[in-house]
Amino acid sequence: MVSFMLNGAQVQADPKWNLLEAVQFYGINIPTLCHDEGLTPYGVCRMCVVEVGDQNRTKLVASCMHPITEGLNVRTHSSRVIKTRKMILELLIARCPSSKKLQDMAAMLELKQVRFDPLNEDCILCGLCVRMCEEQMVAKAIGYAGRGTDRYITTPFDMTSDECRKCGACMYICPVCELRCQGPQASTTLCSGCINTEPVCAPDYGEAMCFMVPCLSCVKKPEDVK
Amino acid sequence: MKLSSEKELEDLRNEIISGRDPNKLCIAVCGGTGCHAGGCSNVAQEIRTELDSKNLADKVDIRITGCHGFCERGPIVIVYPEGIFYQKVIPRDIKEIIASTIENGKIIDRLLYHDPVSGEKKIRVEDITFYQKQNRLILENNTRVDPAQIKDYLAINGYSALAKVLGKMTPEIVIDMVKSSGLRGRGGGGFPTGRKWESTRIAEGDVKYVICNADEGDPGAFMDRSILEGNPHSVLEGMIIGAYAIGSNEGHIYVRNEYPLAVSNISTAIKQAREFGILGDDILGSGFGFDVKVNRGGGAFVCGESTALMASLEGKPGEPRAKYIHTSEKGLWDKPSNLNNVETWANVPMIINKGSKWYSGIGTESSKGTKVFSLVGKINNTGLVEVSMGMTLREIIFDIGGGIPGGKSFKAVQTGGPSGGCIPESLIDMAVDYDRLMEAGSMMGSGGMIVMDEETCMVDLAKYFTNFLQEESCGKCVPCREGLRRMGDILKDITEGKGSMEDILLIEDLAGMLKDASLCGLGMTASNPVMSTLKYFKDEYLAHIIDHRCPAGVCRELITYGIDADNCTGCGMCKKNCPPGAISGERKETHVLDTGKCIKCGICYDVCKFKAVRKE
Repeated sequence: MVSFMLNGAQVQADPKWNLLEAVQFYGINIPTLCHDEGLTPYGVCRMCVVEVGDQNRTKLVASCMHPITEGLNVRTHSSRVIKTRKMILELLIARCPSSKKLQDMAAMLELKQVRFDPLNEDCILCGLCVRMCEEQMVAKAIGYAGRGTDRYITTPFDMTSDECRKCGACMYICPVCELRCQGPQASTTLCSGCINTEPVCAPDYGEAMCFMVPCLSCVKKPEDVK
Repeated sequence: MKLSSEKELEDLRNEIISGRDPNKLCIAVCGGTGCHAGGCSNVAQEIRTELDSKNLADKVDIRITGCHGFCERGPIVIVYPEGIFYQKVIPRDIKEIIASTIENGKIIDRLLYHDPVSGEKKIRVEDITFYQKQNRLILENNTRVDPAQIKDYLAINGYSALAKVLGKMTPEIVIDMVKSSGLRGRGGGGFPTGRKWESTRIAEGDVKYVICNADEGDPGAFMDRSILEGNPHSVLEGMIIGAYAIGSNEGHIYVRNEYPLAVSNISTAIKQAREFGILGDDILGSGFGFDVKVNRGGGAFVCGESTALMASLEGKPGEPRAKYIHTSEKGLWDKPSNLNNVETWANVPMIINKGSKWYSGIGTESSKGTKVFSLVGKINNTGLVEVSMGMTLREIIFDIGGGIPGGKSFKAVQTGGPSGGCIPESLIDMAVDYDRLMEAGSMMGSGGMIVMDEETCMVDLAKYFTNFLQEESCGKCVPCREGLRRMGDILKDITEGKGSMEDILLIEDLAGMLKDASLCGLGMTASNPVMSTLKYFKDEYLAHIIDHRCPAGVCRELITYGIDADNCTGCGMCKKNCPPGAISGERKETHVLDTGKCIKCGICYDVCKFKAVRKE
């Protein structure tokens, strides 16, 4: 076992774990988008960043890729971390405003503004589907194409692939296409349905921190959406 | 001929040196990239033909060398043994050079370099101010060897450091020597080379790799290619010494395919080194074996990043990975690897030969040795310069670089390529080393220096570099992919006069996130051009945002052209050249520009000899 400092507390962890696993083991919630327990960490969404280091010599690292070393000093919710996570989420929501997962996360992180024009893309390029297809389905039917802002996920040469068994695992694991968000209006990118409206459940649960999973009662009904 | 001991190497060296007459006439033609573009291969061909036709081929040698550095004046021809320096030579000049200089020892005045300040004629290389202030430890050898001839390299004491290392030094001593020399990585990061070697040496693993990063992709940078093109054996020698110190038997050189001359010269060098027993099993009979492969990159900027480079070497897409576990422990194919830049490797033989004390005597407290910079942009003497660390920017730009052309004033210099920062005139007396540049918000990078004059718009410049990085980003992580896209959009808005003060705050937020959360060095440093221009030239940003005005007159949406009635002579040049026909007026009468038709191409501004065209 290795011991390290987690938000000021001395804790121990299995050296085989990565930092994210250890932090989650101690019950601290860190938002993630490209992480899945059954797949190799990829470290691209950067939502799981935490601050490591001492005093003035700290840096942000992606906890899903970072090993735990003896005496590591980790802060999971420092103001620098929160600010960075919010900025990343703001960029992602601007890319895919219709993702319920992102909108829920925005409510959770209390993201109040999106200062960019929406792109209305469907994919956040977290790469879960690519790793799912390769590692769990052993098919390698999809991968990345293009570079930079032109990057997208597709089958080889954008053609129907014989490697694809149409198992649907990619759709199963996709954090964006699981459910379309009903909230955001065309003019505002942020839904914030659950922080801007009076939750139906509030009288029953007091100040319950509602993240809409799985309740959804506060979300507008489809017939109410123009 | 395979050399199997240090003695055989020395014997061969003596044989080569004694077989050469130092007083024999030799015409050296610069075959570097700049001179190639200037037509040096035709010059060389013409020299051969002319020598043949005059039956001088036996009496005069011809040597095609690597880059001499003074690219502005290329193609360069030097006549040895006197060392007469001829510049801007074209094939037509060759007959005269052979007839006067070679046959009669006369110097041709019109081909000499005339100092622009004093107007004096400079006959020899060492008389020229451009070279005088430099400390050319690495580049000097470029002028002395033909990169395709290993014997040339042996003649200038080449591979003697290797023989010394293999014969007399243990790996630990080599590492100690490099450590105490204070050599830091020349690729940009500036990590101490000796420490890197040491951690790779002590890393667990039976197979270890050494890698040479020759994937130089910065706009306006050509240091590494010139070393690899001009003196490939020095890089090879450095790599073999490094491999010996680390305990590696396999090396890779990752060079971009857009550098065909570098690829061909290093491949030739490797072939020759193998023939001489300097690469392969049992190098110089020492029992140590090492070989090198050349891998050609597809030209992605991000592949200059060490982990992306290794991914590319492995045959995967060139995308970086997290570096929390160091390359020295898990690098190429998850084996301990040591990656250094071309220039770093080229420094190694020198340190071994002349000692770490000598090397650490050059430079500043924290940065030792020399650094090669490619001096480009709005500067009189475009080219490669090598100076001791700690020289001031003023000396590099004004003394060596010859200042700004056209009598314009110096505004800023961008160091470190697209991920570096802009250094304004107020800091021009800053000494150049790793730490000073970092403090100023820039970085050493691989050594590009782009000089800008008063006609450069700093917002436009930041936009250019941000767009470059956005295009070259691999797109793997969110901060770099999405952040740079938005940063580019904001800067575009500002240059079009659509910016707001909130945009500045947003840029700062984005920059902070890029620096903190990006996966690799490309993203982490990507905000440098924007942040450094915002720091030193905030008034220009404000002029764009508040006054909708581009002070440098670059941003097309924010400028209008007009004709000054006082200065206009009615010559008709602007009218004749205006593509959309927006200018009207009778001959010898004041012309008028119709701003409705004007496409703001700026041709009228450039062609007017009377400064009658206004740009505001």
